Amino acid sequence: MSADQKVLSVKDLKTYIYVNNRCNKALDGVSFDVYRGKTLCVVGESGCGKSITASSITQLLPKLSRIESGEIVYHSERGNIRIDQLERNGPEMRALRGAEISMIFQDPMTALNPVYRIGSQISEGLQYHSKNTLAQLKQTSIDLLRQMGIPLAEQRVDDYPHQFSGGMRQRAMIAMAMSCKPKILIADEPTTALDVTIQAQIFELIDELKQRHNTAVILITHDMGVVAELADHVAVMYMGNIVEQGTVDDVLRHPAHPYTEALLKSIPILGKGKQQQITPIQGSTPDPYQRPKGCQFEPRCPYATERCQTFPDSQSISATHDALCWHSEKVLSHA
Amino acid sequence: MPSQEKILHINGLKTYFPVRKGLLRTVAAHVKAVDGVDLEIYRGETLGLVGESGCGKTTLGKSIIQLVGAVGGQILYHEGEQTFDLLNLSPEEFKHIRQKIQIVFQDPHSSLNPAFTVFGSLQDPLKLYGVKTKAERRKIIGDLLEAVNMRREQMDNYPHEFSGGQRQRIGIARALCVNPEIVICDEAVSALDVSIQAQVLQLLQEIKEARGLTYIFITHDLSVVEYISDRVAVMYLGKIVELAESEALYRTPRHPYTQALLSAIPIADLDRKSDRIVLEGDVPNPVSPPSGCAFHPRCPKFKSLSEPEKQRCMGESPQLSDATQLTQPHLVSCHYPN
Repeated sequence: MSADQKVLSVKDLKTYIYVNNRCNKALDGVSFDVYRGKTLCVVGESGCGKSITASSITQLLPKLSRIESGEIVYHSERGNIRIDQLERNGPEMRALRGAEISMIFQDPMTALNPVYRIGSQISEGLQYHSKNTLAQLKQTSIDLLRQMGIPLAEQRVDDYPHQFSGGMRQRAMIAMAMSCKPKILIADEPTTALDVTIQAQIFELIDELKQRHNTAVILITHDMGVVAELADHVAVMYMGNIVEQGTVDDVLRHPAHPYTEALLKSIPILGKGKQQQITPIQGSTPDPYQRPKGCQFEPRCPYATERCQTFPDSQSISATHDALCWHSEKVLSHA
Repeated sequence: MPSQEKILHINGLKTYFPVRKGLLRTVAAHVKAVDGVDLEIYRGETLGLVGESGCGKTTLGKSIIQLVGAVGGQILYHEGEQTFDLLNLSPEEFKHIRQKIQIVFQDPHSSLNPAFTVFGSLQDPLKLYGVKTKAERRKIIGDLLEAVNMRREQMDNYPHEFSGGQRQRIGIARALCVNPEIVICDEAVSALDVSIQAQVLQLLQEIKEARGLTYIFITHDLSVVEYISDRVAVMYLGKIVELAESEALYRTPRHPYTQALLSAIPIADLDRKSDRIVLEGDVPNPVSPPSGCAFHPRCPKFKSLSEPEKQRCMGESPQLSDATQLTQPHLVSCHYPN
């Protein structure tokens, strides 16, 4: 893949959150690239730092948190922009957010403002980032809603969020995120609150938009099924690190990190019936304030040895495939 | 293994919730959450109950355990020679039956009282069912905690000291403490992370085998249901639309809704891409469900039917009946099943 296809590179990003005089190293050295027209799926369990990754990129972090080191580079048409160096709510960041990097949030019930009409919420970003008359804005919102497959868009544009169903609200959220034709769309668990039949509709929509506008999508999820269906690239996160990343084929077919391997073995797969063996991962995720010394997965890992007491280096399996484990070769040959 | 002995027989169960309107709060309409459900549950089986949100699966579970009152129908509980109708019980009978049917709730964070220790939460049912001394209760609860892979000493801890997976184990221990026959698991693993979900699923399987329980497993996650259930019932808008042996249902779904539902699930297997049937629109409002077959406005098959056939779908509500005439019944509620 050529470098000019890259829209975003994150290098060794460290984001720490400070609560009650304690420091949670929510992201502890995260690196990845996002390519134009491709979907990167970030998977992991709750608390692994996947949402903090998203809010680091959009600079929507909680107040008492800080990007300690590392860089986030947005390769825009005007040249490279170091997002991590921009002021959180400064004019440059606000010019990017919504216009070139936009976000779909998890819960469409709470992410929409209940006292504003859907149409005005959709066009708000557009109003800020472009010079349009009110009539044009309204027309654009209607067009967007129609593209999202909402029937009677001319009438529904004047509805309030409570008049929309869950699936329609998520469509409105997507319409909002797509209104300025962003280069990067970050979707943070966009379908977790929705039913499977509605989830299928939303994914179809995101995929279509990706192809039409060549948008890069960062999809945050905990569902391996979603990864298998939608992703081009996968990053598996555990306790603030990307423990494994590569193309879908790399990661799902040849997992090289014990956590990925265990995760894949612990989920029941549709169509395999009652006979399938599922093996739970032992123990639970450690307290982020009392982390293991070396490899974060070491206490739960069947491959753990003396060497795992020191933090592993990233092991390159192939040109596209990396794992953060001393024993990745053993894991590879095992699977 | 499931036997042929019926333990629970649900007959035309209806649970409606009134919708009140206006100054006088008069009943304007009803939400027909459960609208005529017939279901037989055999001793020792796991029955999976699946459907989208709002289809009435939780209400059905709560109606069985009498947490919400049904407005019509029968729920017969068979115990040896005796049969109890759960909707017409005397207070003594009710106390007896409550012990036999227990429930594990979805959210392990809100279903435990934060002001009570685990022992405090678990001892009340034991007291009620006649375990008089504290030492005995401590012993029983300790044994139960060990049965759910926790440590005996943890009974003196408060809920906030536990992780989500542990809390759900406590929820399971609480359901087990009065030795029930039937356990209703209402989305018991849905709120848990995948790695923890597998631990709890395995635990539920082990406990079932050790104690010979019958499970009613309510969830929206069809992969989990396939893994755990012997038979699966699919619900849509308060009705069961398909009921069959788990394997038959997953291999050859006959109701168009089940087909769409199964095809919509992303599969964590790169070698099997499903041909996705994307349904249009949302689940209709249960206050005024569509006429005839409630699924017809979204049904992919409906569009390809001829006009008289369409009229039948729109006018006549299909009954749950056996479509295959094979040895194992495969019930489906559709005029034109596949």
